[in-house]
Amino acid sequence: MSKTQLPGIIKKAKDKLQANWVQQQFDAVGMRRDLIKTDELTKQSGDFLNQFLAGVESGNMVDIKSPAWAPALEFLNTISRQRERMGFSPSETAQFVFSLKEPLFAQLRTDLKGSPDELIEEMNSATALLDKLGLYVTEVFQSAREDVIKRQQEEMLELSTPVVKMWDGIVALPLIGTLDSARTSVVMESLLQRIVETGSEIAIIDITGVPTVDTLVAQHLLKTVAAARLMGADCIISGIRPQIAQTMVHLAIDLSAVTTKASLAEALKVALQRTGHRVVRDVDVK
Amino acid sequence: MQDRIPILHMGSCLLVTIQVDMHDRLALQLQDDLTERISSTGAKGVLIDISSLEMVDSFIGRVLGNISSMARVLDAKTVVVGMQPAVAITLVELGLSLVGVSTALNVEKGMKLLANA
Repeated sequence: MSKTQLPGIIKKAKDKLQANWVQQQFDAVGMRRDLIKTDELTKQSGDFLNQFLAGVESGNMVDIKSPAWAPALEFLNTISRQRERMGFSPSETAQFVFSLKEPLFAQLRTDLKGSPDELIEEMNSATALLDKLGLYVTEVFQSAREDVIKRQQEEMLELSTPVVKMWDGIVALPLIGTLDSARTSVVMESLLQRIVETGSEIAIIDITGVPTVDTLVAQHLLKTVAAARLMGADCIISGIRPQIAQTMVHLAIDLSAVTTKASLAEALKVALQRTGHRVVRDVDVK
Repeated sequence: MQDRIPILHMGSCLLVTIQVDMHDRLALQLQDDLTERISSTGAKGVLIDISSLEMVDSFIGRVLGNISSMARVLDAKTVVVGMQPAVAITLVELGLSLVGVSTALNVEKGMKLLANA
């Protein structure tokens, strides 16, 4: 393959290219003028063009993972993440790179008018290169989105398993939402950890917020109870709704080894009794 | 003779503190020593503190269960105290919930449990 003429061509007509490119981006159908300002886009375009030029000058037109392209990728990475936050769609973000094609090809056509073979070769390699960079932008965009989803999932997991201290020696775990294996292990770990930290002898697991209980969920619950017992804490399961009680019996789930109460209040009463507390109502207070 | 786990005699109770990683031979040695001591001292209670134990396998779990059953035969009550959360989870996942073994959060509570028995 003959040595590419791209660097020379880009260098010579850089300002013109940049102006055309910015114009191109603003003229594109569906350009989000509301999200980005002209001078910001001009600056980004100029910066990228410089890094693109540096990459092309390295002579490596095939592998964008090579060190010569690192600054360009880094820049695209920043832009992609930034636009993801600003509310651009993936295609609008990728458009940033793809829209460079038209002005660049126009320039190539002018400069290589006399030699169609070279023109085609340069256009091919430039297309392949810009496609790769464009796909990279989409990839980064996607991974930025995935990061957000992952973080939210983790936050939800954390939020949904608070272990609260009810009294000296009594902790409660109000469960909300469906219990699956992943959640159960988080729940189990945080409950056991809190039992150690607070030195609690009694743990109340309240399942008022658990929509359905099937054999798997029941098994997870029983495992948690067994683990707490091994550490020396007793578990009380509370908040079993009538339908769930029916389901449990129909599924032949044996909860006879566990204390169960209909409501959290009942469970707390039992827990207080077992730890030697007594709640007395003052008759004078209405 | 290689290292063994010391057994302390306190009143009518035997106190065992496991502070090293349990390997199979050590566990069996403990089982031997403990049954020997229960019968020689006539102890009524055995307290096993495993708060420093960070890893268990199914064998150690079973030995713990066995020790407790053997002690019961020799008329002594066993309390296992201070199990770490990770150890508890492991034992449950292994299907060893040590049915019949009393447990307590710490030595103090375990001693109270033995005194009440």
